[in-house]
Amino acid sequence: MATTVVAEDTARARSRLGDRVFSRLALSAGIAILAALAAVFIFLAIEGIPGLAKPAEFYGDASNFWGYVAPLLFGTVLAAIIALIVAVPLSWGIALVVSHYAPKRVATPIAYVIDLLAAVPSVVFGLWGISVLAPRLTPAYAWLDENAGWVPFFAGPASTTGRTILTAGIVLAIMIIPIITAISREVFAQTPRLHEEAALALGATRWEMLRLAVFPYARSGMVSAVMLGLGRALGETMAVAMVLSAGGGISFNLISSTNPASIASNIASNYKEGTPGKIQVLIATGLVLFLVTFLVNFAARWVVQRSERRLAR
Amino acid sequence: MAKSITVDDLDIYYGDFLAVQGVSMTVKARSVTAFIGPSGCGKSTFLRSLNRMHEVIPGARVEGKVMVDGQSLYDSAVDPVAVRRQIGMVFQRPNPFPTMSIYDNVLAGNRLNSKKMKKAEADDIVERSLKGANLWNEVKDRLGKPGMGLSGGQQQRLCIARAIAVEPQVLLMDEPCSALDPISTSAIEDLIHELKSEYTIVIVTHNMQQAARVSDETGFFNLKAAGQPGHLVEFNSTQKMFANPDNEATEAYISGRFG
Repeated sequence: MATTVVAEDTARARSRLGDRVFSRLALSAGIAILAALAAVFIFLAIEGIPGLAKPAEFYGDASNFWGYVAPLLFGTVLAAIIALIVAVPLSWGIALVVSHYAPKRVATPIAYVIDLLAAVPSVVFGLWGISVLAPRLTPAYAWLDENAGWVPFFAGPASTTGRTILTAGIVLAIMIIPIITAISREVFAQTPRLHEEAALALGATRWEMLRLAVFPYARSGMVSAVMLGLGRALGETMAVAMVLSAGGGISFNLISSTNPASIASNIASNYKEGTPGKIQVLIATGLVLFLVTFLVNFAARWVVQRSERRLAR
Repeated sequence: MAKSITVDDLDIYYGDFLAVQGVSMTVKARSVTAFIGPSGCGKSTFLRSLNRMHEVIPGARVEGKVMVDGQSLYDSAVDPVAVRRQIGMVFQRPNPFPTMSIYDNVLAGNRLNSKKMKKAEADDIVERSLKGANLWNEVKDRLGKPGMGLSGGQQQRLCIARAIAVEPQVLLMDEPCSALDPISTSAIEDLIHELKSEYTIVIVTHNMQQAARVSDETGFFNLKAAGQPGHLVEFNSTQKMFANPDNEATEAYISGRFG
């Protein structure tokens, strides 16, 4: 008797329409994302692999594909790293002000403005970078060249246009601040009240409370935020293509005009006038960017998971 | 080390909302004082006003006086951070820091107070505090393991160890056993008895038997009416409160005829 009742109940539960629809929807959304990612990869592989081994004239100054892509990859990573160095402390600072320091009536407008920044198209950032930021930075670069020239980063000669990799990195930083801030703010705000009060009740100042209770709790979210920002910085095209006056090879000299373009901006500037062979080479560089982004994300997840496992033990 | 607390006509506000009105009492040093009363009557709010923890909520403020051994807690020159270093607190649900080992949890408060400690000194504080919280024998072989790996009752005793590691003058406990099973509860109650010889303890509890078992004096809080602020109905020795209270409302509440 009892078993039949249970059986009927489970039968009814299984047949509930809303649950079934929702579960299928969620499943198909998940599959769609994976399928799209796979399709992108397959496209890049099919179209790009022939570009790996073209005759030397397709690679400009370089003699083979790797010589061609290495400076571009270097430029991509360097610009992204500069962007992170500038953006991450700022973003975490803004996120903390919004979540823990500022009173609500100040914090809400700040958060709103930062979110709006994310909606500005990258072309606009690029224009601003060329016409406003670069000229303003030129004197600073000249000063750095003169007074800090012994640091390899500022070896000079300083660019007279200001359109250097450092300027590009700063523009990128401003573009990735909103996303890092938004996610960090969310995870900071989600810190359990109980942990915050535990710290405060021990006589922690607000900063000590953040260190004791908020940062350890938010760490994986903070890393995720940085990863998303890094992903955007690595892939950003227009702003870099517009701001950076590219030329030259691998160099840590941040203030001269001898820096390589990034992969994405190089594709954007050369795609239109490319021959089919040249386009295959460009797509191959896209494949490299795809793999690098993938690897960086994968490595970051791994680091976060490892540190979390260590805590759970 | 242990100090008495004198409260004189204390009103507690959240913004414009008056949560607790007109509380006056004296909490004796080296004794256990319990607060009982229905939910929402302001006893936790009042407890948190004793170490200025209620100020964590924006807009919270008090009118009136709280004196700890003659020193006013709400003097404009007094830093709430300094107050909380003197007056420790244990919460309703155990809240060890999840990313820290047992050892580091115990020392969390000390590390805030003094920057550098010798290893031997730190070991000594950890052992003394864990012994004080009756937890040493259970955890001495796994001090490096995370505090979250302990059972709920052990976690709560770890939180007590963390609170007494900084040698506070007063220990506030906000329903410390409400998330624990009876055996863990009994362990905490035994611990409260032992801690009484060194600390002034103030405990909020929903469990009247617990108040009767652990406390020397009891305060009964109630709302004047729905929507009205909470207030202190009666404050007396626990023995008198549970045998022959002065106030009819107290008797009604204690005997279960609430209203």
